[in-house]
Amino acid sequence: MNRQLMTGNAAAAWGARLADIDYVPAFPITPQTEIIETLSSWFDSGAMQGRMTVLESEHSMITAAGAAAATGVRVFTATSSQGLLHAMEMIYTVAGWRAPFVLVNVSRGLSAPITLEPDHNDVLAARDSGFLQLHCSTCQEVLDSVLMAYRLAEHAEVRLPVIVNQDGFYLSFTREPVQIPDQDQAKAFVGPYDGANIRFRASMPESQAVAVLGGSPYSYFRYECHLAMQQALSVYAEVAEEFEQRFGRYHGIIESFQAEDADYLYVMMGCFATKAKQAVLSLREAGVKIGLLRPRLLRPFPAQQLIDACAGKKALAVIDQNLSMGKGGVLHAELTSVLYGQSDAPPVVASFIGGLGGRDISQEEFFRIAEVLQIAGKSGQTPQPRLLYTQEEWTEFKKLQSIAVYERHEQKEQP
Amino acid sequence: MSETIYRRMKDLPSTHLLGAGTATCAGCGGLQALHQIYDVFGDKTVFINAAGCMTLLSVYPFTPFSGSWLYTAMGSAPAGAQGVRDALDILQAKKRMPASEDLTAVVLSGDGSAYGMGVSSTSGAIDRNLDFLYICYDNEGYGNTGQQFSCATPHGAKTATSTGASGYPGFKKDLFSLWVANKPAYVATVIGSEPLDLARKVEKAKKIKGPRLLIALAPCPTGWGFDPEQSSEIGKLAVKTGIWPLKEYSDGQVVHSKIPKNRLPVEDYLQRQGRFAHLFKPQRNEALLQGIQRRIDDYWRDIDGT
Repeated sequence: MNRQLMTGNAAAAWGARLADIDYVPAFPITPQTEIIETLSSWFDSGAMQGRMTVLESEHSMITAAGAAAATGVRVFTATSSQGLLHAMEMIYTVAGWRAPFVLVNVSRGLSAPITLEPDHNDVLAARDSGFLQLHCSTCQEVLDSVLMAYRLAEHAEVRLPVIVNQDGFYLSFTREPVQIPDQDQAKAFVGPYDGANIRFRASMPESQAVAVLGGSPYSYFRYECHLAMQQALSVYAEVAEEFEQRFGRYHGIIESFQAEDADYLYVMMGCFATKAKQAVLSLREAGVKIGLLRPRLLRPFPAQQLIDACAGKKALAVIDQNLSMGKGGVLHAELTSVLYGQSDAPPVVASFIGGLGGRDISQEEFFRIAEVLQIAGKSGQTPQPRLLYTQEEWTEFKKLQSIAVYERHEQKEQP
Repeated sequence: MSETIYRRMKDLPSTHLLGAGTATCAGCGGLQALHQIYDVFGDKTVFINAAGCMTLLSVYPFTPFSGSWLYTAMGSAPAGAQGVRDALDILQAKKRMPASEDLTAVVLSGDGSAYGMGVSSTSGAIDRNLDFLYICYDNEGYGNTGQQFSCATPHGAKTATSTGASGYPGFKKDLFSLWVANKPAYVATVIGSEPLDLARKVEKAKKIKGPRLLIALAPCPTGWGFDPEQSSEIGKLAVKTGIWPLKEYSDGQVVHSKIPKNRLPVEDYLQRQGRFAHLFKPQRNEALLQGIQRRIDDYWRDIDGT
């Protein structure tokens, strides 16, 4: 088995290569570009057989991806941020086509203000589309998840596209040691493309995605997607087990780190969870019984697994790297909605918003969150949702504002 | 067009590939053209549709098409054609599909998409020299939503969103030239009321590879305000008055396939349609009428030297 230092972007490209994909409709956007550049060089060198077509937008890119999958080839593509939003009409559409393909999203904050740096609001905007969502926290997981995603997407009981998500910059451009599975083993695991009955051929005319009139057929097709999505949870469990048997690495529905005997839990998605693990280790040494839960699947939402994993805990801190305007953290809302009414649910589920637009979350902040949890655990009072933002940041930002305001006034005073 | 097999009306196909009983309005000029195009082009096709009137041809679980169909979205049907074309090429290259199973990717949309929202994806498809046929039925407005103006609406026409005394203040976008400027493989204007001219152009488009466009002016009884039985007559008047020039572009040349001799005054076309009624009643809008006529005369002066 080959082990290399590689970025999350390179790992995503390797996943596509090992999955023996046929087609990459592409459009560049930071921080995703390295993925399509890598694939492009492999097509050029002959290391990969197939075709890359650069479209004129992500909207067109996702249209082409869905149309090609519906014609009978295995499709891979990637985007980020505004690109995912520009494609959003087609994200919903191709999921409705039941076109199975894999899209790697390299998470990045959304406009406005425009930024290049990461948070999860982009991928969460696709939450209700019908794409499955796998959230990664290491470069290895990115590669492995792409392989697993094809098994999920093409599974007879699923037939839905999948987003594999990785954090921009923190994963996309960070090199980590990554095991590259053997090409033949990977090919055997993923199998030949299976789009079932969807394909366009001269001898067998097909109509896809035709209009419906009235709510009855519409409800039927939409609900079918929902049921398929729910079915994907047990399919995922099988695929993860088989992956472990073949490659020795297990990526469960939820990553659980020192959670079983814990009184307190961090609950979060993405690569900052690796920092939370470090905090767990330090706090355990100091005698605090804390652990971490990291859902790898956001859609389908692993409700029962989370209910079970949270049962009997004194307090949870959900750390969301996103902000639903007018509501708060998305994972917090998702989690509390499934814990509601459960007899053994934790009495305290606190909400923290952090890591927006690339802002780091420091070890000190993880420690501070643990303190808040312990106090809340004792009192049974859930604290107000909190944005992770330090006094120092506030001071720095006020400086920026004073410069902006000062310059504006200076210009006004010019004759 | 000496090599054509369509010399007389009786040479036109007598079998119809598009099923009857479709849910378009009576007298739909778009459907008339589509019938004819489909019959000549054949059904080894996958229609890739963008939102418009024709979207309601295939309504679950029925379809009038004997070939294949994929509904995409209003803004990106040419990108859907790209995905289908690329996939069919890959399948043949990897020997997972015999060449006999190959299909032509055909985009079908109205003017709203072809002239407006879909221009970006059309432009991309032409840049990439995509091998596809684009059929635009041009009823000069957002017909499926009740005839609001689009950028294909002619100057002065009343629509649901240009109800003032002078109608639509803009000028019909020149989609033909927009395509020609990008040097595609083939572009032609057609109309259902000139079936021989149409058949010859489809015949030609079928033999060529690359980006190809057929713009079919689609007289629209409900949107334009005329009796459905007059659809063909209105279409013929559009050609005879010179407001809808029949022409084609290939090999770097624009050629007019039908130059109307003794062009009729455009009024003959305009006064038959409710959307132009305000140009005549309660009193004639002489300035607007003359403006419309002048632009037609200017166009043909360069063509036939009149």
